[in-house]
Order: sequence, then structure tokens, then C-alpha cells
Amino acid sequence: MAYSDKVIDHYENPRNVGSFDKNDEGVGTGMVGAPACGDVMKLQIRVNEQGIIEDARFKTYGCGSAIASSSLVTEWVKGKSIDEAEKIRNTQIAEELALPPVKIHCSILAEDAIKAAISDYRKKHGLTEPAPVEAKKVA
Amino acid sequence: MSVKLPIYLDYSATTPVDPRVAQKMIPYLTEHFGNPASRSHAFGWEAEKAVEEARGHVAALLNADPKEIVWTSGATEGNNLALKGAANFNKGKGKHIITQKTEHKAVLDTVRELERQGFEATYLDPEPNGLVDLKKLEAAIRPDTILVSIMMVNNEIGVIQPIAEIGEICRARGIVFHCDAVQAAGKVPIDLQKLKIDLLTVTAHKVYGPKGIGALYVRRKPRVRIEPQNHGGGHERGFRSGTLATHQIVGMGEAFRIARAEMATENERIRMLRDRLLKGIKEIEEIYVNGDLERRIPGNLNVSFNFVEGESLIMAIKDVAVSSGSACTSASLEPSYVLRALGRSDELAHSSIRFTLGRFTTEEEVDYTVDLLKRKIAKLRELSPLWEMHKEGVDLNTVQWAAH
Repeated sequence: MAYSDKVIDHYENPRNVGSFDKNDEGVGTGMVGAPACGDVMKLQIRVNEQGIIEDARFKTYGCGSAIASSSLVTEWVKGKSIDEAEKIRNTQIAEELALPPVKIHCSILAEDAIKAAISDYRKKHGLTEPAPVEAKKVA
Repeated sequence: MSVKLPIYLDYSATTPVDPRVAQKMIPYLTEHFGNPASRSHAFGWEAEKAVEEARGHVAALLNADPKEIVWTSGATEGNNLALKGAANFNKGKGKHIITQKTEHKAVLDTVRELERQGFEATYLDPEPNGLVDLKKLEAAIRPDTILVSIMMVNNEIGVIQPIAEIGEICRARGIVFHCDAVQAAGKVPIDLQKLKIDLLTVTAHKVYGPKGIGALYVRRKPRVRIEPQNHGGGHERGFRSGTLATHQIVGMGEAFRIARAEMATENERIRMLRDRLLKGIKEIEEIYVNGDLERRIPGNLNVSFNFVEGESLIMAIKDVAVSSGSACTSASLEPSYVLRALGRSDELAHSSIRFTLGRFTTEEEVDYTVDLLKRKIAKLRELSPLWEMHKEGVDLNTVQWAAH
């Protein structure tokens, strides 16, 4: 499998690796995927009182593309409002990292991880969820 | 440390051609280019002599008669010829075939094709150590069973099957026994005067010979009949038509001659290196060796590194050439079907790496690999949410994972 330079860069120098305290009021945690499928992503966001994502952390079990996809989105969500971050699409991730067709599911998982983290944050703060989106079949 | 990178630890995928083999082959591409089937001149005679000498070397490694050796293009063709040839020849006697779930795809897909043609097949589950349970094999035999195909050595986990016993079971019932010995030749002694194997597949490129050449052993006493799959000039006593690739055959012969001469000392050296690799890997937490460690060829080590995904580990140790699952399936996202058949969880199957050592592996290469693994496993586990949960004492089997 030939990886793009951007995937290799994120894989070898992953950004924002780590964890926040998931019980912290300002933290939203999303965990998506399953070990049996070969990918699990944990994405966490720290949101300030203005609803802006100040910081993000991730940990990923998965292939190089999965690690790169989650590393990339931690960079992208920083500085965005949760409403803006929610608009990040897997196609943008796949395009940025030049993912081959067999690795598109990694970008879908990264999009799902952002949504899950935002949803967790909203639940903690009693914010209304937008209309639920049907869970995507990935693997 | 002066180690030349990248390091090759994938000898079960293929091997480099031994320089002695390459030297022997070259004149048969240029000067001695004759067609071994040409009976009317010296060019043909010379090529034929070389082919027969090589046939003798292949037969010698297997303790067979040279007349029992049929040249093929490799193991896939050999397995196709054996299975389709024996099934079709014996279809008047019955239509049932027995094999096992951990065979190579060249056997499994051929049996599937035979099922499409109207044959019926039983795919045995191996035991958790990778070996066939002889009682289960006996229980699977039906009055209309005509063919059993069990490999000698598994390509992913290197375990050695109880071939002698399987041969006895089949012979007593008049069932043709085919054995894929691709990963066994040159690593395990094979004595076809003793083993009751009727058809046996070998290939050159796993034994330091060239790619594109193999052989099928077809027993003469008692005589085993197969239907040819290639028709044409009647080469190889009609079993396999097609002009013989003299240089390839010469290469295979030389490779098998060297294997016979050096197998015993080579095995000991490789076993020592494999044990050194295992000792180093065992210093890492949460590792699992896949397949029986005792009944296994010396050069194979298949290990699951829990909480680390196999493909990312391969990427992390890119200076070391290894494989996750088998080379034929490493482009797919499915976990190894062999490890799944052993009852390994999907997680552990996803986390497996096959290391296969060979003739040119050195102690320095093994030490380099152990050091690299220790560092990269630690790094990937730092990245792994599963490792974090494991360290927090969470039982991952109790977690409700989001469906995807």
C-alpha cells in the first residue's frame, strides 16, 4: 500500500495525541469504531464558553490512514465553533490526505468521531441536538 | 550497528534466488537454449539432459522416483492440476472432497470451483493450535469421499500437520491424498517412500530457486491417475503439455539439490535466530504467539501484538519486510482467515505479524528488528485508545462498540 506524503507525515508526527479528562464539563468525547473492525478512534474537544473548540486530542487504534485522518481533524477543529466543526465532511479529509478508495472508511470514521464528540459535549450542556442522522454503514 | 536496510523477514512469501542457483541457470538462457522436446539435434539433447538431471534432484529431496515428478509453472498450477485432475478422474467413484479452512487460497479456491462443477466439499476447522484433528477428519469421511487435501506446513503460522497419519487414513480407504508441501520442502524432511501421499505440490521460489517453476509429484506405486488440465504436445507424459522452461527447471533442480545437502545445518541456524527473535519479542507485554510452537518449521514466528493494529505496525517498522496475514491477502482489509479459523478474536487477528527467517538472515538483523519493535509498539500503544482502556482496567469485551 503506497501512502501519500501527508498520511506519512501525520502518521510519523501525529498532532495532538493524548487525552483530556472525559468528566470535565468543557470536554466532549467521541469514541467510534470497533476493535473487531480494525479501527477505533477516540476524539476529544475542549470547548470554551463561547462555543469555540480551543483544543483537541485523539488516540486511534487502526491503520496509518486512520491515524492520519484523526490527527488531521484535531488540527482542523481547533478554533472552529462546534457548529462549524460539525460541517467537516469525510470527503474533505479524504481529499486532503489523498486516501485511496480502500481507505475512505478511515475518513468516514474521523467525521463520525467529530460528530460524536460534539454530541457528547451538547448532551453535557443540555443543548439541543440537530435532527439525528442515520448511522452510516462503514465496514 | 551496521545492518543493511531494509531487512527481509518474509521468506515464506518468496526467497531470493541463491547465487549458486542463478549461476547454474544463466547458460541455459544463452548457450544451451535448446528445446528439451527437440529429439533431432544436440541442442535438444543437451536441454533434455539438464531437465532430467534437475528432475532427479527434485525427486531426491522428496525420496521419490524421478518419473513421478511433473513440472508445472508453480504451486498454484500444481494444486489446480492435482485437485481438478484427481477429482475429475475419480468422479465416477464419488463426489466428496475434504480439505481444511487454513489451506492456501490456491487449494480453497480450486475446491470452491470444483463445488461449482457439482462436487461437494467439507472444510475442516483446525484445532486452536492450527493442527488438524484426525478424529474430525475420520468423522468427515463419507462413502463417496474421493479426495483429501491437507497441507504439510501452513504458510501463515508454520505449523506442521500430521501428514503421515492422514496418509494412513486415506490409503486404508482408497481415498486420493493430495498434500500442498510448498512451505515444507527444504525445511521438513519429506520421504515419499514412507509417507502415503498420492499427489504433492512443491515450488522453487520458496526454496531459493526462481519464480515461475514448480512440480507436482504423482505417485506411481500404487498408481494415481489424474486428468490433465493443459492439453497440447503431450509433454510430461501427457500430464502437463507445454514447452519446458529449461533454465527455470535447472534452477529448481539446483535449489533442491542445495536444500537437500544443507537442510539439517540450515534449520538449526534458523531455529536459533527464530528463538532469539521470540526471546526479544517476549519482553513486550500482551503478545500472543499464533499456532503451535513445537510442531512448527524453524523459520516461522507469527505473533499478535494486542492493542496495536497490524497494518500500522507494518508501516512503523517499514525497514523490516514482514507481512500481516499472507502476501496474497495483504491488500484486503479482512483479518487473516487462518487466524480466525484458529478461533483468534478479530482484534488479535488484526494485530498479527508474520516473521519468516531464512538462509540469509543474520543475528544483527534479528537484534535490530527486536529493538525496532519494542520502540514502535510502545509508540503505537501510546496512540491506542484500547491500550489506554486496558491500562485503566477496562475489559474490552464488555464495551458496547458503536456499530460501523
